[in-house]
Amino acid sequence: MRNVFRSSRASLAVAVLSAALATGCATTSNPDDPLEGYNRAMFSFNEQLDKVAIKPAAQVYEAVLPSPVRTGVGNVLGNLGDPWIALNNLLQGKVAEGMSDLMRFALNSTWGLLGLLDIASAAGLPKHDEDLGQTLGRWGVGEGAYIVLPFFGPRTVRDAVALPADMMGNEPFSIDHVPTRNTVLGTRVVHGRSVLLGADRTLKEAALDRYAFVRDFYLEQRRYKVGDGRKERVYEDFDEQSTAPLGGEVDAAAATAVENLELAGIGAPPATTGRRVTRQTIQ
Amino acid sequence: MNKILDFLRVFLLCALFGAALPAAASADKAPDVLVRDVTNEVLEIVRADKAIQAGDTHRVIELVDAKVLPHFDFRRMTMLAVGRDWRQASAEQQTRLTDAFRTLLVRTYSNALTQYRDQRIEFRPSRFAPADTRVQIRTEVVQSGAQPIGIDYMLEKGEQGWKVFDVIVAGVSLVTNYRSSFGQEIARGGIDGLIRSLEERNRSLAEQQSMSQNGAGRGA
Repeated sequence: MRNVFRSSRASLAVAVLSAALATGCATTSNPDDPLEGYNRAMFSFNEQLDKVAIKPAAQVYEAVLPSPVRTGVGNVLGNLGDPWIALNNLLQGKVAEGMSDLMRFALNSTWGLLGLLDIASAAGLPKHDEDLGQTLGRWGVGEGAYIVLPFFGPRTVRDAVALPADMMGNEPFSIDHVPTRNTVLGTRVVHGRSVLLGADRTLKEAALDRYAFVRDFYLEQRRYKVGDGRKERVYEDFDEQSTAPLGGEVDAAAATAVENLELAGIGAPPATTGRRVTRQTIQ
Repeated sequence: MNKILDFLRVFLLCALFGAALPAAASADKAPDVLVRDVTNEVLEIVRADKAIQAGDTHRVIELVDAKVLPHFDFRRMTMLAVGRDWRQASAEQQTRLTDAFRTLLVRTYSNALTQYRDQRIEFRPSRFAPADTRVQIRTEVVQSGAQPIGIDYMLEKGEQGWKVFDVIVAGVSLVTNYRSSFGQEIARGGIDGLIRSLEERNRSLAEQQSMSQNGAGRGA
């Protein structure tokens, strides 16, 4: 049995890899996504998995349980995650936020009936979203390449490394009872998917290339979260009115002139002259 | 006889002013007030309209066309989505790109509006000076047991008043999120290739929607 499992996993890996090699050459290179070939293959594997197993389970879950019950389930799961969020806020030096998360946990676990009710939000303690990946990012750890994990989906290498700790941290008391642990985990997956049931249609319709859409969304959102949204957005102006008429041609002419100068200037001192001319010509 | 002419003149003036008044009013509104009023008005209609809640695409697109679109600058949005290659596009290509992108955005996000139920929208205080010509208006969708989802609107003041040129959901610009896939299309088939695939997508979406509409009609 174990051998069968192992060999089927091996053949899956081979299939994914060969698909990766087949698509790898066709895609244009994106600096954030050097693993694009493999990622695309894993992305469609995850989509298939979602289609045959996770989405149907989420649909059943949504059909069977009335909305207030599902809200309660979400509240309980959210509450279990709050101590880990608190710890990550504290690790990032955000003491006020971290204390607020701990108060949330205390309030919701007691008066909120073991987290069933999110009374803390109503009391002015909003829920935060923090994890170890964000903490590492805050500490200056680079995000690394974009990578699509089996089952878990989009990550950066940094967030993938933090993932095991994040998973354990989401359950504050390590649950030794295996069936209970698996139930919590399964509920987390199914509930999490049910929340997105409406959104996947929008994604399907809005994206020209679903893979690229999800990737760019994920990366931009992670960067936003790591910086807590403080970075100001820059909007460039690509309208032709903004550049002088013939601007492009003049620029091109200047560039070739400079290139010629630089070519002529190779080996001839002083070497900086060429560069200075560059700037003047373009200005 | 003179009286009748006078009456006609007055009547004409009234008609002209009457038509011009709402436009003038919205041009004068402060951007945060504008966003709040439009959001509240649209959500009130969606909440009351059973057909929209049941997913009636035509109905919701009509609503968005009438209430939301006048406040958006789609040319600017398309330019931001296309990026540097926008400069290569001819005026005609730019118009076709803008039309196709507008159709895509309206179709997909109108559909998202049919998913709206009773979520509470909060308007966060936004700080700006009276002389500012570009502001970010922050709103939040509040949900129980989860972090609120931010929806921010970037507006710029032009000759026709304040216009939205970007929408940022949970920290992600819905406009610039298109840039790399647009870039892919342009690298593959030029500007015309991008126009073609946008128009193709719109056509197939329209077909799907009319098919599901018929299906729903038969089922009901």
